[in-house]
Amino acid sequence: MLRLELYKIFKRPRTYISFAIVTAIAMVIQLAMLADGKNFISFALQAVTEQFDIQGNILNGYLVAYIILQSLLVQIPLLIALVAGDALAGEAGMGTLRLLLTKPQSRTKIVLVKFIASLCYALMLITWLAVVALGLSVLIFGQGDLINLKSDSFVVLLKQDIPWRYVAAFGFAALAMATVASLALLLSSFADNAIGPIMGTMGVIVVLMIFSTLELPIFAVIKKYLFTTHMIGWKGFFDDPVPYAAILRSATVLVVYTIVFVGITIFWFNRKDIKS
Amino acid sequence: MEQQPIIEARNLSKSFGNFAAVQDVSFSIYQGDVYGFLGQNGAGKSTTMRMLLGLIFPDNGSVYIKGTRFNNSSRHLLKHVGAVIERPDLYKYLSGWDNLRMFAKLSGGKISEERLNEVLDVVGLKGREQDKVKGYSQGMKQRLGIAIAMVHNPDLLILDEPTNGLDPQGIYEMRLLIQRLSKDFGKTILISSHLLYEIEQMATRMIIIHKGKKVVEGDVKTLMAPAENLMQVRLQNNTNALATITDSTWGKLLTSHHGDTYTFKMPQTDMPALNDWLVSAALGVLEIKSTHSLESYFLSLTNNEHAKAGAV
Repeated sequence: MLRLELYKIFKRPRTYISFAIVTAIAMVIQLAMLADGKNFISFALQAVTEQFDIQGNILNGYLVAYIILQSLLVQIPLLIALVAGDALAGEAGMGTLRLLLTKPQSRTKIVLVKFIASLCYALMLITWLAVVALGLSVLIFGQGDLINLKSDSFVVLLKQDIPWRYVAAFGFAALAMATVASLALLLSSFADNAIGPIMGTMGVIVVLMIFSTLELPIFAVIKKYLFTTHMIGWKGFFDDPVPYAAILRSATVLVVYTIVFVGITIFWFNRKDIKS
Repeated sequence: MEQQPIIEARNLSKSFGNFAAVQDVSFSIYQGDVYGFLGQNGAGKSTTMRMLLGLIFPDNGSVYIKGTRFNNSSRHLLKHVGAVIERPDLYKYLSGWDNLRMFAKLSGGKISEERLNEVLDVVGLKGREQDKVKGYSQGMKQRLGIAIAMVHNPDLLILDEPTNGLDPQGIYEMRLLIQRLSKDFGKTILISSHLLYEIEQMATRMIIIHKGKKVVEGDVKTLMAPAENLMQVRLQNNTNALATITDSTWGKLLTSHHGDTYTFKMPQTDMPALNDWLVSAALGVLEIKSTHSLESYFLSLTNNEHAKAGAV
């Protein structure tokens, strides 16, 4: 059943729009860095170079990949919502959900298969992101130490110490995307056409991200409970030392949210009248 | 030993808000039945069919498939059923073959390619199976829907308005296909349609529901052969005909009169005697026929205004 679900997803031309968007954004940033990267770097490191002597290939593939990942922070979840939000509501809108549910398959299984298929899609998108953002950047700009500028400090990571951090960061991103997929699937189970859940997921993520990033005391209390706060946990792998406890806490929050979202979807979908 | 129904609805009820869509509807469908499901738009046909398939959950009552209670935890029982509910909505971006293969895999059990080809042949889509469904006509989609419904060789086919959206040629072909499924392949079929003539041609048993309630259920021949029918007689233009008839013993059986057409309510077996008398009275009989069609029967039961139009 999972194979059939994946077959349906990857037979639709619109599935590939996400891959095209990721490629386009990555390549635009890479071209910009090729054209004007040196100026950008010297501007960004202005404060640092006043006190430190920095040598070597600073504008390297690892840095460019890191910049691309920061830029795609909002876009990738939205692209996941395109597929996961469509999973149940899209079928309801097309009328195929009716036919699907006349077959001897449990509704719980249908929800789980659609979640896993959305997850597979998310994994493929993240793998593709790794290829174009990291692989292509390294190919174009070469390797080098990564200077990670933070608000009040900077971290220098040696080039031989970087690849595993990217692997871990992409793994964490996959977990975050699982949460996004489960939210989109939940909203998808409430609707009979795909637009609502896709827009709904985007709306929830954008609003919660604003809450998560705004440094206002009023949001401080709820911030740590929002899954969007923990979606950027992958950045921890580019710190030194790596804050494993914080990363683990974020991962746990994301897993709990994912289980809750999928659980509510199963509960709701098992009671839903199919009138479309 | 009493035959076990393939599917049985027991006291099904369903409301949407304050609207009672189906109220206490019960019926049974047995092996070999072509079971007509009749009702006006909004009578509750589709809601009932959806409850039979577990698409809509009843507020009260239950469904039994082959003697076992069907609910959300016994969905495996759906392997005994194939269905096309309203439109056969399919994955338009996939080919007919892909759609069929995909739903076949979800239908329970292993289904061979040979079987897929066989059902495509039965529904007349052989040679078009590799075309994308978005290029199919409505009739082709309906036929592919039926192929999907029957691919796993279920005991019962549930077809909700299978002739909807079809042109006259399509309706004719669909009727032939359904008759073939029943006669040649021994399928038990539950079919709903607005086209009463189609049901009259195909069904062996039927149920009529009106405003969510069962009005009548039973064998079509029995229901359609009541003690008294309406006989319609068309006579040559004869100014004395009405007076001649009302003065005779047949006058008390006359129920309506429009122009040269006279309607009598009487047993069908008296038709030859009426004809003999009309001929002997030299009233010039042009036509004499029973008007008891499924349509008139349906309208009389559902109190449709059209049924009253011909009354004296």
